[in-house]
Amino acid sequence: MAKITMTVNGRQVSGMCDDRTLLVHFIRENLGLTGTHVGCETSQCGACVIHMDGLSVKSCSILAVQAAGSSITTIEGLAKDSELHPVQAAFKAHHGLQCGFCTPGMVMTAVDMIARHGSSLDEATVRAELEGNICRCTGYHNIVKAILAAAAEMGGLRQAAAE
Amino acid sequence: MGVEGIGARVARKEDKRFLTGKGRYTDDMSVPGMKYAIFVRSPHAHAKIKSIDATAAKAMPGVIDVLDGKQLTADGIGNLICGWMIHSKDGSPMKMGAWRPLADETVRYVGDAVAVVVADSVNEARDAAEAVIVDYDPLPVVTDPVKALADGQPQLHPEAPNNLIFDWELGDAAATDAAIAAAAHVTEVKILNNRLSPNAMEPRAALGIYDSGDDHYTCYTTSQNPHVARLVMSAFYNVAPENKLRVIAPDVGGGFGSKIYIYPEEIVCLWASKRTGVPVKWTCDRTEAFLTDAHGRDHVSTVKMAFDSSNKITALKVDTIANLGAYMSLFSSCVPTYLYATLLSGQYDIPAIHANVRTVYTNTAPVDAYRGAGRPEATYLLERTMETAARELGLSPAELRRINFIRSFPHQTPVIMNYDAGDYEASLKAAMAAADWDGFTARKAEAERRGMKRGIGMSCYIEACGLAPSSAVGSLGAGVGLWESAEVRVNAVGTIEVMTGSHSHGQGHETTFAQLVADRFGVPIDSVNIVHGDTDKVQMGMGTYGSRSGAVGMSAVVKALDKVEAKAKKIAAHLMEADESDIVIENGELKVAGTDKSVPWFQMALAAYTAHNLPAGMEPGLKEGAFYDPSNFTFPAGCYICEVEVDPDTGQTEIVQFVAADDFGNIINPMIVEGQVHGGLAQGIGQALLEGVHYDPDTGQLLTASYQDYAMPRADNLPSFKVSTSNTPCPNNPLGVKGCGEAGAIGSPPALINAITDAIGNNALTMPATPEKVWAAAHAAN
Repeated sequence: MAKITMTVNGRQVSGMCDDRTLLVHFIRENLGLTGTHVGCETSQCGACVIHMDGLSVKSCSILAVQAAGSSITTIEGLAKDSELHPVQAAFKAHHGLQCGFCTPGMVMTAVDMIARHGSSLDEATVRAELEGNICRCTGYHNIVKAILAAAAEMGGLRQAAAE
Repeated sequence: MGVEGIGARVARKEDKRFLTGKGRYTDDMSVPGMKYAIFVRSPHAHAKIKSIDATAAKAMPGVIDVLDGKQLTADGIGNLICGWMIHSKDGSPMKMGAWRPLADETVRYVGDAVAVVVADSVNEARDAAEAVIVDYDPLPVVTDPVKALADGQPQLHPEAPNNLIFDWELGDAAATDAAIAAAAHVTEVKILNNRLSPNAMEPRAALGIYDSGDDHYTCYTTSQNPHVARLVMSAFYNVAPENKLRVIAPDVGGGFGSKIYIYPEEIVCLWASKRTGVPVKWTCDRTEAFLTDAHGRDHVSTVKMAFDSSNKITALKVDTIANLGAYMSLFSSCVPTYLYATLLSGQYDIPAIHANVRTVYTNTAPVDAYRGAGRPEATYLLERTMETAARELGLSPAELRRINFIRSFPHQTPVIMNYDAGDYEASLKAAMAAADWDGFTARKAEAERRGMKRGIGMSCYIEACGLAPSSAVGSLGAGVGLWESAEVRVNAVGTIEVMTGSHSHGQGHETTFAQLVADRFGVPIDSVNIVHGDTDKVQMGMGTYGSRSGAVGMSAVVKALDKVEAKAKKIAAHLMEADESDIVIENGELKVAGTDKSVPWFQMALAAYTAHNLPAGMEPGLKEGAFYDPSNFTFPAGCYICEVEVDPDTGQTEIVQFVAADDFGNIINPMIVEGQVHGGLAQGIGQALLEGVHYDPDTGQLLTASYQDYAMPRADNLPSFKVSTSNTPCPNNPLGVKGCGEAGAIGSPPALINAITDAIGNNALTMPATPEKVWAAAHAAN
């Protein structure tokens, strides 16, 4: 057993876990943050994507002890003051989710994607970058639309802020 | 329609919780004292169990108990059943072999559960499961359905000689044979429909809670139909009587058919909770899901289609062998029979049809309904045959279809179905225009200059949805009725709750069902809550599958709304001293037509509950329930066109455009309907291009048991889709809706294979059209 401490969604948290505990299980079981999902055990489906020290990470492919001392954002930490993050709002506006199970991973991946590419994102890039996130419901059509719309909006917001 | 009424593109009420991580799926549930189950599963596809020794496992840290099939049998837990009786053409009933929730004598596929470990943590349960010693005596294995029927093959169940479950037929064999003998042209095709794994993204899970104080059971489970689960677990599996069993299907992360059935695991979790005295939770991992979730499709068919000299179809003869796996799953028998052969007339006027279907046991996972369920198999067979015939006859694909379209309704097919409404020419025209069919020749020439082979293909599908008229399915062998129930509860402050037996696992019922209420009473959808998925909260229900929630589930809501409206008008008329026939409901008010008198909706509701001033003899309150039993199936139909480019050097197929033109009748929320089509298309394209379950034929080991081995469609495998709808309202339900959940998966595979075979000039290609197969077929053609 190991005691680990990390910052999750801006709050410092500690917990005891087996050395072999995956980060996703620490987040779900120890912290009770069940928005991060497990859809496979081969780091293929992306339902467990979180942000760790600013990087998009599949939390099923890293041990909890490896995340000790890091700063983590999960889907629960994205909306500020109950207002949806622009990516969350775009998924809703464009019907980018159905059953909702892949959605947290999709949204976390999209936020990271937009942060790296900005408003220059195009459809081919979005589709290529979603390679590590599987959705069985939407056929990706509206997820792609939502990400492009959010990228355009966030690019516009950034530009407005810069001016 | 109003901004939130029927036909409005309303954003979903349920989205916020899913987008913010507040969804409540079964694995998210946690109750005090909860322990974790891991199943010990057979590594053999076929074996006798000689002994199970759990002594070492029971002594391991954290282990509460290890339970096996002998204990389960001793406690009287029943066999899993198939709920639809099919009789062979010789009159004998289908041969249902015993399926134990935990195998106690024989295992018949890799993944068959033999024991369960309950421990303090998942890790401890997993460690202990590894330490359970099961001594197997391996038996010979058969995985191929055609081979399984031959003499001298391994026998799965003593009840079923040669592994034959039933040998069934539909239609007029003599008339069909005579028409084929007299035909001007006969097209013959062999069709393989590949085995698929449904792969809802949420793995199955169950949490069984036994309360010894009340002798009561609660089961949280990943179900598309919690009431059916309760009924089957009490009536057949002897887990608990219905009044002592609450089944809750909270948020469910996709189903596609795979979560209709009641599997061994939820039965075992409930039973184990009583045995151990602790709540027991099991969550499937993905490999377990590949091993044990009911698979779909897996048909081998031969087809003869006869034409007269004017290219009219005169007969269709189909012989199908369907692989049902190691055991008969809950609805497995109706999928390759009444959901398949009844659709073999497609959109065409065919005077004579005969289908013969043999279903077979093999040492593979059970096969049951998967998105479309029988109708994709019928459509693929028919539309590949039509394409082949068009090529043989030298006609364009559209021309051959137009010659044979059904053009007047109602239309009685020779295979039971009575089509109520449709306009197949309209969707064909819409699809060809959207795809710029006429411009294809120029696009093909341009691709040729780049060294690419471009092809185009179409598919005209029909499906039967809105399952189903209870008396009709009862006469065909169904063990249940397929009505739906609803209850509308208007609270004293005017807010409204709708309890529905339909279950949403991605379909957006919390929005679309609320749109019905908003449309009827002019109240905002935020004042309407849709309650589903809990047998304690919802009176009764049959659940969601077969695109039935709109046509059947919503129709039940409409019936309940009719009753609420009638009583509300009586109350309002009494309050305003008017005649109830003069009351109209608009924008949240009950008005006396032609006057300025009105009562707000909430005031009428309050009056119903204060009961200070109600019409003489009226009961207080405003809550009404209804059951709706459809009078016919509904018949969504459409035309899909796919255009591809094949790289002749690699065999890689790129879908350059995909067009869907559907007729779903009236539409409640076009945004949600389009989403359903997109998702269906992706699954159909997945079947045609990427997906396939493969077993090693000698050992029965599943070779495609992870996402590294089973090719799921990903975003970069798919294009953006061009979708549109036309509308011939369904005349047989109050909303005129037909259902849209399965169309995409039904119509798309033949369009894609027709396009690829057009591109490469070789019609001999099976699904999935992997680059290797396409390359080989393209080179064989040259």
